[in-house]
Amino acid sequence: MCRLALKSADEPFSPYEVLTAMEAMQEGYDGSGLGLLLRGIEFEDFKLHPRHVILSGIAHTERALNRMADYMTDSGYDFRYQHDFERRKGIIDERSRGRFKYVVRVYRVPERWKSLTKKEQEAELLATRLALRKDGEDHGGDLTVFSLWNDVITIKEVGWPLQVGNGLSLDDNRIRARVVMAQGRQNTNYGINLYACHPFFIQGISTMTNGENTAFIPVKEYLEGREVPGYLGYHSDSEVFAHILHYVTKVLGLPLEVYKHVITPLKTEELDRHPQGEFLKGLRTACRRLIIDGPNAVIGTLPDETCLLVMDQKKLRPATVGGRPGAWAIASEMCGVDALVPDRDPSLDFQPMREHTVIIPPERKELTIWSQFDPFSLAQAA
Amino acid sequence: MVSVRSIFTSPSSLTYHDLPWVIKHREDRCTLCGRCTSVCPVGAIYLTYRRQRVPKLDVLKKKRGNEYRHFVGIRQQTDIAKRCIGCGMCSMVCPNEAIGPEPNQNENRSHFIHNQKGEAYKRGGRRNSTGATILDRISFDRISMLTDPALDAGRHEFNYNTILGRVLSPEDYLKKKATGEWIPPTREVFPFIIGSMSFGALSPNMWLGLLQGVAYCNEVLGIPVVMATGEGGCPPWVLKSPFLKYIILQIASGYFGWDEIIRAIPEMQCDPAAIEIKYGQGAKPGDGGLLMWFKVSKLIARLRGVPEGVDLPSPPVHQTLYSIEESVMKMIQTMSMAFGFRVPVYPKISGSTSAKAVLNNLVRNPYASGLMIDGIDGGTGAAYDVSMQATGHPVASNLRECYLDLVAQGKQNEIPLFAAGGVGKNGNVTQNGMALIMLGASGVHVGKYIMQSAAGCLGNELGRCNVCNTGICPKGITSQNEKLYRRLDPDDVAQRVADTFMGIRTEMKKIMAPLGRSQSLPIGMSDALGIDDAAAAERLKINYIC
Repeated sequence: MCRLALKSADEPFSPYEVLTAMEAMQEGYDGSGLGLLLRGIEFEDFKLHPRHVILSGIAHTERALNRMADYMTDSGYDFRYQHDFERRKGIIDERSRGRFKYVVRVYRVPERWKSLTKKEQEAELLATRLALRKDGEDHGGDLTVFSLWNDVITIKEVGWPLQVGNGLSLDDNRIRARVVMAQGRQNTNYGINLYACHPFFIQGISTMTNGENTAFIPVKEYLEGREVPGYLGYHSDSEVFAHILHYVTKVLGLPLEVYKHVITPLKTEELDRHPQGEFLKGLRTACRRLIIDGPNAVIGTLPDETCLLVMDQKKLRPATVGGRPGAWAIASEMCGVDALVPDRDPSLDFQPMREHTVIIPPERKELTIWSQFDPFSLAQAA
Repeated sequence: MVSVRSIFTSPSSLTYHDLPWVIKHREDRCTLCGRCTSVCPVGAIYLTYRRQRVPKLDVLKKKRGNEYRHFVGIRQQTDIAKRCIGCGMCSMVCPNEAIGPEPNQNENRSHFIHNQKGEAYKRGGRRNSTGATILDRISFDRISMLTDPALDAGRHEFNYNTILGRVLSPEDYLKKKATGEWIPPTREVFPFIIGSMSFGALSPNMWLGLLQGVAYCNEVLGIPVVMATGEGGCPPWVLKSPFLKYIILQIASGYFGWDEIIRAIPEMQCDPAAIEIKYGQGAKPGDGGLLMWFKVSKLIARLRGVPEGVDLPSPPVHQTLYSIEESVMKMIQTMSMAFGFRVPVYPKISGSTSAKAVLNNLVRNPYASGLMIDGIDGGTGAAYDVSMQATGHPVASNLRECYLDLVAQGKQNEIPLFAAGGVGKNGNVTQNGMALIMLGASGVHVGKYIMQSAAGCLGNELGRCNVCNTGICPKGITSQNEKLYRRLDPDDVAQRVADTFMGIRTEMKKIMAPLGRSQSLPIGMSDALGIDDAAAAERLKINYIC
């Protein structure tokens, strides 16, 4: 099983904190990889500006790094800052894996974007990321690009999570973030591929999952047919969770609560009693090809730093949320929450059941626990 | 002794060893009760007195002579019209297990002379080819062992229903919902549907039993089974009953029974489950329905609005229209309108290499609610043998092609595909059906298997029985002769329908649980399928396993 940990706090903190929480949850897990997503970034020696975007990935060769830099310059991005990880020798087997450079670079978006709407800018960022990814794939996989967004850093590597953190000196406090998502397993059911490692990222939306999506193939085939840029890859069966969240909130423009109704809809008898039953039954039919299956706990974050946790329809996976105003944690194990926010009242920890969506709003004052049986506000349904 | 030359033989003469079934009769057990001869639907056997010469030589008197022994026994007719059909009703009624048919291991010479008086061989049943079908050979091999606590088929909750009706894309649904536009009707049904068998092809008792069983499945067991009528309408009391919601009404090229249906619309308490427009049938592509005159009883004649005792051949095509595009469009719209756009309307076609063309037409028609593809192994009440044996397309690759075509367009399941033709041919109904579902079908239609399972149909693919067309069904399933159909108790049929669907439901869970699927029917879950035939795996785009 994967270990999952998320911490969201008002005060930026080191991602290493989350790695130590992963360590607390080590029992019963394999530690075959680490995926980290940081949001709400503060660099020790650089101040981010709203027009800055951060590119994260791995250049496996010097040539790939140069190609990447040239592409960014040619596309009008203005290079502003590069975070160089203090790579401690001998911890990550970098040579055999060809890790020439763990890329975290800050760019200023092109001048011409001033006339673009926010949506158009987001589409441009996605197009750039996909172009770089394709460039890497066209050159034998020498460039891996995880994210390009205004305040997101993504790091993925094979190996024991804490060792990866040590290898990259994540404990040096040079990068801090308000939201950190960590997942501790390289995929094992398909070929080893860095793109297959959670958290998955698309246009500021990110999810990670412990479990198995047994409806993967039909859902993947449906998403691929949407003709939405970025619905590709699918080296992991969990990648569809991120894309469905993107589809529901960005493409369909529905509220976050609807995500749960799409991936794990209620039964007909339950919808018959639901105040929005008629709308939801129709939605269930229209979105039936996006119904997931298997045991899953999906943890996600949105561009506004909202965090969420939803369970599969049978609650076959563990996950706990706990915290205090200003600092909240979601983890696959209770001990993970303990490690992340020790100064909380553990009696208020919450383990969501099959109908719940737990939302940590960006203000971080209190949790929203929303049940699928409750109505939600939706103009169309009124 | 007669001379060999004077023995009568004609080109059509047969001995009992030339027939497909040979009656084995044990004289030592026979009580001469006569039940077998009276029950035999074709009169293949008769009671006869025989004489046996016993040569006698009296050595002392130096005299030679004969004695004659007389005995009584059952003999087999060799006339082609009265050949044994292997139904085995004789053994069913024999008190002493003294009689029964056995398949002839020798060549079957009767096949060469079926065309008496220039009439090509017609029969009921389905393609007589035995052995495992492609569907039988598919196994479900993606067992969820990695991270998944196994599901418990006995205790967990499973969502196994499917959607019948046009499914909108999420974008279209939201847009239409917001603007209050028409949203195509859908039904949540059990994915195993009782396929089209007409009131006319089936006896009244069989039909009633099916309907009772279907109602029980829906109202007591919570299994939303629906049944399709086939061409020929529906009894008026059913049309005006609350059971109509479990019925898919079929309209076919003869439009039989539709006067009654249209007249009943104002009095209907509920809408039918759907309307099926039949353009083709897997068992006999290019043929319309055929109800032979023996089966056009008073009741059938009244329902269909025709005289009694006449052959009722439906034309092969819908005559009033000049292209299938126009036909499909107009008929779907007309039928939708007749039922106030509240009932899904979909066409049924024979499996064909041109199925994709029909499908793509439907994709562009906003009123089309689905497509039903009927493969070559489908059954029929009456057809030419050559149509059944050699015309048509197996359903597996045809369905898969159509599904993948929809996938390429991003429209899978918007037009739900239903598949039929050989589902349960060798008894593996759930396995066959689930294989088709994972190849991309939203559900399957099952006809012959239901007759076999729910009513004890004796037909098989060795040519056993296969006389549905002649109205002499020995079990009373496909006869309009009340002496025959009173053998079938509708309550017993209903009980067997319920048994059958409960069994299918359990087996579905037993297939879905190890695959880790419980939330929705695994439509298109092709990664779970494997077959031990590389060419078939390649064609169906599933795993090759060995």
